[in-house]
Amino acid sequence: MSKRFRPDVDVAPWKGGHSPYDIIKEGTIALVVVGLLTLILAVVFGSPDELAITIKTWSNATPLDFAATALSELNLTSGTAQYGAPYNNASTGQQLGPLQLAKWVGARIPINTVNDFVIDPLKSLPAQPDLSTGLKQWSSASSATRSHWVSSYTKASAKMTFVNGQVTVTASDVGPLPVLINNLTEMARSGALDQALVTQAGFYTTDFTLPLLFLADGSYLASLADHQHLTGDQWGMMNETGNYPGQAWLWLYTFWYQIPPFNASGNGDVLVWGLMMALSVVLLLVPFIPGLRSIPRKTRIYRVIWREHYQSVAKE
Amino acid sequence: MTYTEIERQWTTRLRRRFVRLLPPEKLLPDTQPTYVSSWIYVFGVTTLAALAVVIASGCLLALRGPQWWHTSSVGHFVNSLHLWSVEIFFFAMVVHLWGKYFMAAWRGGRALTWMTGVVTFLTSIAAAFTGYVSQSNFDSQWISTQAKDGINATGAGAYFNVLNLGQMLMWHIVLLPLAAIVLTGLHVILVRVKGVVPPFEEPVKVSQ
Amino acid sequence: MSLTHFAALLPLDTLGHYLHWHFIQISVANFVVIVLMVFTFIAAIFAPFPGRRRRKENQ
Repeated sequence: MSKRFRPDVDVAPWKGGHSPYDIIKEGTIALVVVGLLTLILAVVFGSPDELAITIKTWSNATPLDFAATALSELNLTSGTAQYGAPYNNASTGQQLGPLQLAKWVGARIPINTVNDFVIDPLKSLPAQPDLSTGLKQWSSASSATRSHWVSSYTKASAKMTFVNGQVTVTASDVGPLPVLINNLTEMARSGALDQALVTQAGFYTTDFTLPLLFLADGSYLASLADHQHLTGDQWGMMNETGNYPGQAWLWLYTFWYQIPPFNASGNGDVLVWGLMMALSVVLLLVPFIPGLRSIPRKTRIYRVIWREHYQSVAKE
Repeated sequence: MTYTEIERQWTTRLRRRFVRLLPPEKLLPDTQPTYVSSWIYVFGVTTLAALAVVIASGCLLALRGPQWWHTSSVGHFVNSLHLWSVEIFFFAMVVHLWGKYFMAAWRGGRALTWMTGVVTFLTSIAAAFTGYVSQSNFDSQWISTQAKDGINATGAGAYFNVLNLGQMLMWHIVLLPLAAIVLTGLHVILVRVKGVVPPFEEPVKVSQ
Repeated sequence: MSLTHFAALLPLDTLGHYLHWHFIQISVANFVVIVLMVFTFIAAIFAPFPGRRRRKENQ
């Protein structure tokens, strides 16, 4: 032989015997068994379907959390407002070493939290004297004046109260903000904001980017998820609501989020993704990686799998 | 048309090539080498069977549209079939993967078989994920708003928007199943072309 | 069709149970799935495969 035989790469041609094998029968049996097992599991355990929450349920359950979130969209401190790409250019976003992957791609799903979450929905409401005046005041003000109002309101916002269905705050020099925040909260509690956020693109829509980002900016969604053990530091990515098994195959992906440096890094997401992509390539290339491809031969688990074959070889 | 003209046709050449590569007795074999004798060999076909049940239950869900299963008890039951067949699918696929690893099933020119299997596995994870975010319930709200950060951080989020239900549902019911089925088909064809990997050669012990 | 016809016998909709071990947290359901997977793998390689005698005759 001119080439050296590599035991982890090459095989000698099979010179042994063959036994009967009915591939169609095997496939049919597998289909029947899996079908029955699926049926039994579905009949016994069912499947989870926790109702989606709405901005209406959120603002009715915790109106002040909603109002504070609306304010954070105005003063640009919300998660979405500070996100960076793909929603805006507020920050560089995560970096993989020198690679600013998100930033390079840019804000391709542009979101202006002030207009998209607050001002535009309010404009869609039927005309009311104080709201119309407030919106006019807002649109004619300079950006410096708006920032001044927003920061004055933000300073006083810790004393925000919700009484008789109204969000009130005692503060001066805040322009139309009390009217805007209160109207947006009322709008949210009526369910109209849910509609306004999804119909911005017209009559038909299947895109829930805006309402989902607004929900995620508040703390209500996260508190419900925490209760269901779904948050990132609870290995939530793998978990399902209730007692159902979830995406258990994401165990390794979820694992990295629990340990340093990933759990402490501002670039945790991109680091974990980079690592998982690298590991996927390693899995793909196992047949070519010395050492990794020798583990099966060295662990000798194959002796158990092919024990009949080795017994018959030993007898010959 | 002359005989050589027929010989030269693309169709004729493609058929010849295919039949040479995968003659009927290899595509649908009636024997197996004797070393194929372990329960570990059933997990490949189990994965295929589970994929068939996943697709069938998914087609049933598609009949009445994406919201049906929230309001109909029959729909919810079909959703349960879909969920549990997916759990069985991944279960069987992972056991299959472990088994093939410990048999070093890439030996003897079978590296491409291994690689198509890995790509199918990764595609299936993506397919399942898009299913989770297309549920239009609390679970999908939470999963999509969390997962966006990981995907956005890679830059892919600008094009693959997990918060866009329509886009995710299309990926889940058209693009990724198509990819998974094609890859699975390729994987199975490669298995049939190359046959099942033989055991490691072992020196026969003299004492026996 | 009434809802009860298709309701699950033992729905798992109750609040989940979780196992904690240092920084590792896993839902009981996922843990059961993973343990079953490992168990199935071990059983699959150790369990005797039927049809041994027929194979020998054929050889």
